[in-house]
Amino acid sequence: MAGIPHDHYEPKTGIETWVHKRLPIVGLLYDTIMIPTPKNLNWMWIWGIVLTFCLALQIITGIVLVMHYTPHVDMAFASVEHIMRDVNGGFMLRYLHANGASLFFVAVYAHIFRGLYYGSYKAPREITWIIGMLIYLAMMGTAFMGYVLPWGQMSFWGATVITGLFGAIPFIGEPIQTWLLGGPAVDNATLNRFFSLHYLLPFVIAALVAVHIWAFHTTGNNNPTGVEVRRTSKADAEKDTVPFWPYYVIKDLFALAVILAVFFAIVGFMPNYLGHPDNYVEANPLATPAHIVPEWYFLPFYAILRAFTSEVWVVQIASFLTGGIVDAKFFGVLAMFGAIIAMALAPWLDTSSVRSGKYRPQFKWWFWLLVIDFIALMWLGAMPAEEPYASFSLIGAAYWFGYFFVILPLLGVIEKPLPIPATIEEDFEAHYGKTSDTGATASHPAE
Amino acid sequence: MFKKLTLSAVAALGLFTGGAFAAGEGGHVEDFAFSFEGPFGAYDQAQLQRGLQIFTEVCSACHGLKFVPLRTLGDEGGPGLPEDQVRAYAAQNFEVFDAELDDTRPATPTDHFPANNGVGAPDLSLMAKARAGFHGPYGTGLSQLFNGMGGAEYIASILTGYTGETKVEAGTTFYENHAFSTGWIAMAPPLSGEDVEFADGHSNELHHEAQDIAAFLMWTAEPKMMARKHAGFVGVLFLTLLSVLLYLTNKRIWRPIKYKPE
Repeated sequence: MAGIPHDHYEPKTGIETWVHKRLPIVGLLYDTIMIPTPKNLNWMWIWGIVLTFCLALQIITGIVLVMHYTPHVDMAFASVEHIMRDVNGGFMLRYLHANGASLFFVAVYAHIFRGLYYGSYKAPREITWIIGMLIYLAMMGTAFMGYVLPWGQMSFWGATVITGLFGAIPFIGEPIQTWLLGGPAVDNATLNRFFSLHYLLPFVIAALVAVHIWAFHTTGNNNPTGVEVRRTSKADAEKDTVPFWPYYVIKDLFALAVILAVFFAIVGFMPNYLGHPDNYVEANPLATPAHIVPEWYFLPFYAILRAFTSEVWVVQIASFLTGGIVDAKFFGVLAMFGAIIAMALAPWLDTSSVRSGKYRPQFKWWFWLLVIDFIALMWLGAMPAEEPYASFSLIGAAYWFGYFFVILPLLGVIEKPLPIPATIEEDFEAHYGKTSDTGATASHPAE
Repeated sequence: MFKKLTLSAVAALGLFTGGAFAAGEGGHVEDFAFSFEGPFGAYDQAQLQRGLQIFTEVCSACHGLKFVPLRTLGDEGGPGLPEDQVRAYAAQNFEVFDAELDDTRPATPTDHFPANNGVGAPDLSLMAKARAGFHGPYGTGLSQLFNGMGGAEYIASILTGYTGETKVEAGTTFYENHAFSTGWIAMAPPLSGEDVEFADGHSNELHHEAQDIAAFLMWTAEPKMMARKHAGFVGVLFLTLLSVLLYLTNKRIWRPIKYKPE
């Protein structure tokens, strides 16, 4: 594997050599775990480990939950109650799995916005970014289908609304919707295929995660300065990096432990806080809940979906130009998926020669406005579809697209970036004293 | 700088929760003080037993508890009835249909409380989790962060929320209730005070009865609450300890990198 120059695994004993000649798996693991990592990574670089942990947690708890769950419209709700009441530790498994999804999304949003701020999406990491976006899409699909499985009211009506989006596609929408549902409406066939896919997709995600890691292990990690690790020689590279083990493994595990302490407090003391009470009512196709609200992590995009009503002039123009084929509903669907595609296109929309937002005085403002926009859209997605929320949603959606399609391309041209450090080493040593004058003993501890 | 983003993420988690937008913004829910609130709150066994008595003598006429196994009445962390009492309670109060006998027989602890669809009243097994008593403010969910979801408070408020007014619409009688979302509920006031006699001589005023049955229904909805809080507490404790150890380890291994000797 190409990459930052460093020491590779050398088999020492006879048996190691024997294995290595046939399958260099130990070498692969060694190179992966000992990869040179920029030594100036800050605390926003811990989310990858949190995400990996979440994937493992969801797969393990999920596999055990499946042992007790029944994917049938007449039995699904009762089987979840069976898990909560009869299965040993079942209530804990289920609450870990349900809240684990929320932790997963907290981590993925922090991870994505870190990438947006420090320009992690820029060359040469475009493929890492695109794979990441695919993982995010697969996560959304998995979470959505998982939410349907308990077969509560919000499961059923959420599934009805979201699959209805596909019905908005002109001409082929209805057949697609029927094909997705396995019938004219959400029913047993829907539950069964969602269950099957909910089990499948995490393994697709796991494979994509491997590719994601492979990609950024080839390019090397980005870092807060956006300056690349020197690859001129091993000695130079070693001045900019530390091996992943033990330095970042321990740092990441520390962060993970802190985050899990908070997570366990939520699971133990308020496990239903992020859920919806209506999902403790068994699905009833004849009774529509007063408000159908998606889970919190879908709300920003749900707000964008609903922002484009038939009163919005862009929608009217689109409708006029296409002779009515693009109606408000379809426009909303396009906008929702477009919002994610806009994010995926960031590597080609950002024209700035400077990678890290740290050295981009104007960019910073626009970036933090995007964060505020995202949180505002999350709030708006949960509010009823009426004024003034509809207008605010439209402004929020407009900024989301404006950021990616107007601001990012323009800033690269008009912005004057600050001077960037020549090397990671320089940045690191400006931050930490070269010698131990802060009271910390210089001698190597413990050895 | 990125601390801000982390904070935003935490804030986003704290705000905008689905539960904050449940139906029923209209009603006024009183914030009763239940023994099981908060991270260390526990069910009051005597209260659960009184609630069971109210359910048996009053609610069970129309409502079922189909997800609740009768044997769990003997669980620790629940009403905690002795085994012989559970057996007697099941046999005396409920009949179930047995497919093998092709006939009804007295219920045993291995059966569930029967479903009751007679008058179309909803099953109460999960009612305390299927309603949120507290909302907002402004859809932020902050209220629930401090007051809890408020399912039990909602039930107790409904039971004490009748004004005595009635109206008839399309042949159905509705009773005015200021805890109910629309203000008018189809359920006739089930409790009026002094509906049951408690063996322990506990007060049977309406206010007390409403809280006792609400507590019991919280237990039917979340029977493993005590075990869950215990697990949560142990988890937080050990993870905090682990965090401290990892923090110190991390500090130590990075020291020679950050502050080079010489």
